[in-house]
Order: sequence, then structure tokens, then C-alpha cells
Amino acid sequence: MKVPTAILTLIVGILITLASLWVGQNNGLLLPTAAAAEAVEIDTLFAAMMAIATGLFLLVQGALLYSFFAFRRRADDQTDAAPVHGNVSLEIVWTAIPAALVLWLGIYSFDVYQSIDSVGTMGANHMAHKHEEMEMVATGESISTSSIGGNSILIADQGNAPNSSTSPAVATDIVEPLVVNVDGLQYAWLFTYPDTGIISGELHLPVNRPVTLNISARDVIHAFWVPEFRLKQDAVPGQVTHLNFQPTVEGTYPVICAELCGAYHGAMKTRSIVHSQVDYKAWVDSQIVANADSEAIAHMQDPPPTLEQHAAMMGMPDHLHDHTLSTLHPHLAQATAN
Amino acid sequence: MTQAQAPHLEDVEVTPWREYFSFSTDHKVIGIQYLVTSFVFYLIGGLLAELVRTELATPASDFVPRETYNELFTMHATIMIFLWIIPCLTGGFGNFLVPLMIGARDMAFPKLNAIAFWIIPPTGVMFLLSFFVGPASAGWTSYPPLSLITNKAGEAIWILGVILLGTSSIMAGLNFLVTILKMRIPSMTLNDMPLFCWAMLATSALQLIATPVLTGAMVLLGFDLLVGTAFFNPTGGGDPIVYQHMFWFYSHPAVYIMILPAFGLISEILPVHARKPIFGYQAIAYSSIAISFLGLIVWAHHMFTSGTPDWLRMFFMIATMIIAVPTGIKVFSWVATVWGGKLNLCSAMLFGMAFVSMFVVGGLSGVMVASVPFDIHVHDTYFIVAHLHYVLFGGSVFGIYAGLYHWFPKMTGRMLNEWWGKVHFTLTFVGFNMCFLPMHILGLQGMNRRIAEYDPKFATINLICTIGSYILAVSTIPFVVNAVWSWIAGAKANSNPWKGLTLEWTVPSPPPVENFDEDPVLVIGPYDYGTPKALEVVASTLAPPALAVEGAE
Repeated sequence: MKVPTAILTLIVGILITLASLWVGQNNGLLLPTAAAAEAVEIDTLFAAMMAIATGLFLLVQGALLYSFFAFRRRADDQTDAAPVHGNVSLEIVWTAIPAALVLWLGIYSFDVYQSIDSVGTMGANHMAHKHEEMEMVATGESISTSSIGGNSILIADQGNAPNSSTSPAVATDIVEPLVVNVDGLQYAWLFTYPDTGIISGELHLPVNRPVTLNISARDVIHAFWVPEFRLKQDAVPGQVTHLNFQPTVEGTYPVICAELCGAYHGAMKTRSIVHSQVDYKAWVDSQIVANADSEAIAHMQDPPPTLEQHAAMMGMPDHLHDHTLSTLHPHLAQATAN
Repeated sequence: MTQAQAPHLEDVEVTPWREYFSFSTDHKVIGIQYLVTSFVFYLIGGLLAELVRTELATPASDFVPRETYNELFTMHATIMIFLWIIPCLTGGFGNFLVPLMIGARDMAFPKLNAIAFWIIPPTGVMFLLSFFVGPASAGWTSYPPLSLITNKAGEAIWILGVILLGTSSIMAGLNFLVTILKMRIPSMTLNDMPLFCWAMLATSALQLIATPVLTGAMVLLGFDLLVGTAFFNPTGGGDPIVYQHMFWFYSHPAVYIMILPAFGLISEILPVHARKPIFGYQAIAYSSIAISFLGLIVWAHHMFTSGTPDWLRMFFMIATMIIAVPTGIKVFSWVATVWGGKLNLCSAMLFGMAFVSMFVVGGLSGVMVASVPFDIHVHDTYFIVAHLHYVLFGGSVFGIYAGLYHWFPKMTGRMLNEWWGKVHFTLTFVGFNMCFLPMHILGLQGMNRRIAEYDPKFATINLICTIGSYILAVSTIPFVVNAVWSWIAGAKANSNPWKGLTLEWTVPSPPPVENFDEDPVLVIGPYDYGTPKALEVVASTLAPPALAVEGAE
């Protein structure tokens, strides 16, 4: 039985399309938990790209493999193949379709980017603007304005907020982002909470509340990355960079330095713990009590375990693992003294 | 008859081995000098990679000290990029093939050509000697401030070396540009040129425009390192991001410097072994130029997480994605060239087809990482390591191997052993995919790059990668043995073993000094297979004058 080529082509096309859609829907295994609202959007984008990529992959590899077997030269055949120099319509098709695809992908990516960069402050500000910038973020005015301007995440969160009835204070207020100052140094992360004065070696966050990280570096370039949030931002000395996101799933996730920062780059890790609202409140209280007990805000509570292990080996100067405020944050210490 | 002819050939045409160690100005000698030198550095760079993979076989940092680990991957990338792929593709294949393909007797500036080559071996030796003082260890990107505070002596050597190799590359680029534009035989218009020459035209434009910026960045970085200026040092008011812009203004086009000539090689090899004209000559030719131009305006996609302003991220995202269009045109054209052909599945063709197949993977992941939101997740992870190796190994190195199998007979006058060639291909293909395919998953799952120790949950996949890398290492053995043995005692090659139509196949193998006795006249297009004219031309290349004279006797 001879099946017409057109029908075969159609069947192959349908199979490739189905396979692509299946891969697009089932690539969850490739990625870790999506623990932030932004992560879900990025994963949807990734799924779309995987579907397109799978289709193109199967098309090209299939054609190559088919040629490999079907168009092998027979040993006795010394003649050339038919002289086909090109086909203008075919060439227009394979120029136009990829062009349309990347245009669509560009617009879609732009859209996702706008959405995840909800406050519009991703990117860098030079040190000179640091305080101004932080004040602006802290007032919350600019936040509410920009949230009207198309921030679906914030609005969605306000809808969900009443569910967490155990913490009415957080739920009924206008959702103001939690600001955390992130400081990278060889080879540790320091997290400072300006609203409470807490300094921690781990990033503790309440679930379902927007977070703004103001990221800076002491010595060399580092990069703040939490794979489960799908977000990464370089910490550049002399600049403050920002990340805005909203953790949505409670759990403990790694905070990884993603930019080569020296010999112990691979050991520059700590944890990000997303708490329920209640647990977060308890953590904040425990930190404040601990701080009060030990004469002002003098101790960093959770030195990263990796740093402790290696501190001596690294030949780190004492002042770096002597966790007193005066060495870590001289300006804060001075303020406390005053 | 063949035996009677052999001593005659050797007396007259085989270049004495001493010539290869001299300041020769013959483009063919220089081409082979480039190829052999860069291949030696490939083996050294590969050895460094094996040490890196051995460290990564287990999650703990237990094989080399952490500082050494950083030195290993820094020098691995530096050697592979600056001493292997760029000199091999542009200097090696470019030098050997371009003058032959356009009917010229040599390059436009033979002495400049020799100087450009002779910069390379001492610089390479200098890099290797830097292991005695502690080589550069801040990655091949050498971002300040880290590069200003680690292994200062090694870093200074690295900066000097990159400046020297950049200078060599600019000289070569200038030479190719002038040669291709000015030294073609009169009967060959630009649109009659073999596609490799188009690719070299696009490549040399990039070398000329982009490399000086890298040199500038290196000079400034050198001042910061040696004299204590603060161009990039934030403690003195400098800006490390400016370095990243200058570095990537060169180093992204460098990706195209490393892949465009390989595109060119593949466009030559596929039609010959498929016995079919290249599909869409002009589209392939002009897409090289388009890629070359677009390649200059996408550099900041390496800096999506560096604090680049939003609008810049969007501009560079769109520009990067557009490159997929000319690249896609090439890939589809190659597939269409193979489709319906009469494939001679020799080692050159296997590597050629595998090039297309592997490059597509790197191209698809390339479009993904161009998308800013996704790149924010995978930037500086093993997803990038996988992507770049699919482009630079699955692409450039497969292209180089295809080229070596294809032109080895022309270069040496001897055939490579086909059976061992296929063993080499199989091992390379399996080892490569085993080593780099799983790395995509590592990156997506959360393994960052340039680390000597990693989360134990990644142990299994890393072990697979390491085993793959060992297979890859073993795969070079059959090639090296085959190449050395065949060069000395392989079967003699006639002037046109693959029945090609480009001009290099009209001269004896290896070609005589100054290539052509008299200027050749173009009688057929470079890819006009399947025509009666092609049969005639191929027949004429297989009856060289020497043979005809002997026959007459």
C-alpha cells in the first residue's frame, strides 16, 4: 500500500506538534519547586519555549536522521543527485516562521518581565541614591501607585490575604513590601531588616508578602540566587541593585552565590526560609529579644554554617567572623551608640 | 605508474618538514602551522577540562585545592577560545583554504601573516609558564574587582597574553578582508565565491571591529592591576560594569568569530558529500553578513543580571532573538541540502551532519537564554555551560573535525583512515552528549557554574558528565594516531578525492608553492553538482598534467 506523501507529512507534523505540546506541559521535573509568584510566570514562559524548541528539535533531527538512512549513496551509484539550488517560497517560509516566533517570544518575555519586575526598580542605582531610593520604597506610596499600574501579583495577593486569618495585622494593612538589605562578602551573605534592625545570616521571609531586596557587595561581585524563586541579581560593589518578588510556598531554599567570587565561591551558600505569617512574627520577636539581651544589636544570629566551617581554613581575618555589629556595620553601630 | 610517480611527487611538491618550523610566508605552511599548534593547545586545554571534571566527579572539593580549581577552569576556557578555536578556524582553515578557493597565489600580506602566527606559540607558552607563578583564576571573563585581587602575577600574564593574541587576530582579520576583496581571480564575483570565503569575510569584519575594544579593556584592566588606577575599581570611584560592557563588546562577537568559519566549512562539506548543490546559496551567504552585524549589538545579554537598566535588557533581548532568524535560515538550508542527496557517509560527512544536529541544540537553548525572565534563573548556571559547549564543541569543534577529515588529503597528500575516523566520530558523539546534555538539567535544578563543590543531590548527574568527558578524552586518541600515521604512511590522495568543484581541488595534493601555475579561470560554480559540466570538471581535476605526461611516455 502506497501512502501519499502529503498524508505522511501531515501525520508527522501532527505527531511532532503533539510531542511538543506534551513536553511543554510536562517539563515540571526539570525545574525545582516554584516558591514565588514570579517563578510560576517564568515556568510558564519556559514551558512555552520548551514546546517550541521540542518541535524544532524533532523537525531538524528527524529530517537529518531520515536523510542519514534514506539518502545513503548506494555503493555502485557514482552519479550526482538532482541539482536543486533552492526554493524561494520554502526559504520565505523558514525565514518568516522563525521571525514570527521570535517576535512573539520577545513580546511574551517582555510581558513576563514587566510583570515580575512589579515595582520597576530592578536594575541598579549608584550608591549616592541609595538612601533616597530606600526611603521611596519604604513609604509604600510609590508601591501602591505602581500596583495600580498593572501589578497583577499584588492585587492577587490582596485577594488571598484574608485566608491567612491568623495574622490580621498583616492581612488587613495595605500590603507593604518587606525591605531587606542584602550584603554579599567573601564568602557569606548578610541580611539586614531595616524595620526591626535585625541582622541575620539567613534570609527569613513571611509567605505571601511582597519582598524588596536591596543588594550590595563589600568586596567583589557576587550574585544573589534562589533557584526556587527563579530570581538572580548580581551584587555589585559600589551599587545597590534590587529584586522584587513574593514568596508563595513555605519552605527552606538555598541562597546561592552565582557569580565567581573567589576560591570559596562554591561554599558561599546560606538558606532562605519562607515562614507562615505566624512563624515569621515569632522569628522576628525572638530576634529582637535576643538582640536586647545581648546589649544592643550586637550579634549576628545565624552565621552561615558554611562560613563557620571554612573561616579558619580560608585565613579570613578575625574581624570577618567576629560577628559584632561594630565590625560588620560600623555606621549602624555608631547610630546605636548615639 | 603510481609507483613511478611517487618519488617525483615527493621530490618536487612535499614541503620539507623544516619549513614548518620556520618563518615561512607560504599561506599553506602557515595554515598547517596554525592547525597543528592550535591542536596541541586543544589537547592541553582538554587535559585541564578533564581535571575540572575529575574534581566534579564527587560533590566535595577533594581532588585539587579550591584555588587550583579556579585556575584550571580559567585557563581551560582561555586556551580553548584564544589558542584553539579562533586560531584553528580563522588562522588554520582560513589561511590554507581562502587563497586556494579564490584562485590566489598567497595572502595579501604574507609577512604580516607569518607575524600573526608567530605571536601565538610564545604567548601560549607564556600562559603555560604562568602555572609556575599561579595563573589567572578569575574566570576567562576576568571580571574586576575579583581579577584585581587574585593571583596578580598570573593575571598580568593573562592580560598581556590576551592583548598579544588579540593583536594577532586583528592582523589575520585585516589580511583576510583584503585578500578576499582584492585577490580573487577576475572571473570570480562575490556571488561566485565559495561560502567559506563569505563566512571568513563576515568573521574578519568582526575581528577588525570588536577586538580593539577588548584590547582597550585589557589595557585599562592592566593599569588597574599594575599601577593602581581605578577605572573599574569601585573603591576608587570606578565602575566594574563598564569592564563588562567592554569585555562583552568583543567577547560576544568572539562567539561568532568562533562559529561563522565553522558554518562556512559545513557549507562546503555537505554539498560535496551529498552530491547536491548547496540549498539557497545567497541566503546562506547574506545570513553570514547579517549574523556578523547583529552579533555586534547583542553583547549585554551576558549582563542581564548585572544591574543593567530595564530598557537595555529589553533591547538586547530582542536583538539577540533576531539572530535566530539568519541562523535558522542556515540550519534549514543545510538540512535541505542533505535532503534528497546521495550521501557519502564518510567521517567528514558524519561530523558535518552531527554539526548541524548538535548546533541546533545550542541554538535552541540560545534563544531560551536570550529571554530575560528565563535568563535571570539560568544565568551563571550549568544550563549556560551546556549551551556554550553545544555551540563551541558541538558546533565549532565538530566543524573543525569535519574540516580536518575533508581537507586532510589536500593538505598532506594522504588519506586519513576511514575506519578509525568512524571510531573517532562515534566516541566523540557519544562522549560529547553524555558529558554536556545532562548539564542542562543541572542548571535548571539549581547548580551554579565555576564551583569546586556542589550539593550532593547533583552527584549522579555530575558523575555521568564526568564519565562522558573521559570518553571524550579517549576519543581524541584514535584521531591523533590516525592523523600522525596517515600523514607519514597513509594512502596517497589524488588531487580531488571527494570530487569537489571548488578551486582547491583543481591543484595537486598537496598544492605546489604559489598554488596555480597560471591564473585559473572559473568554469563552473562552486556547488553545481548534478550537471554534465560538473562531471567534466571533476574528470579534468583527476587528470593532472604530471599524470598526463607520464601517460604520454
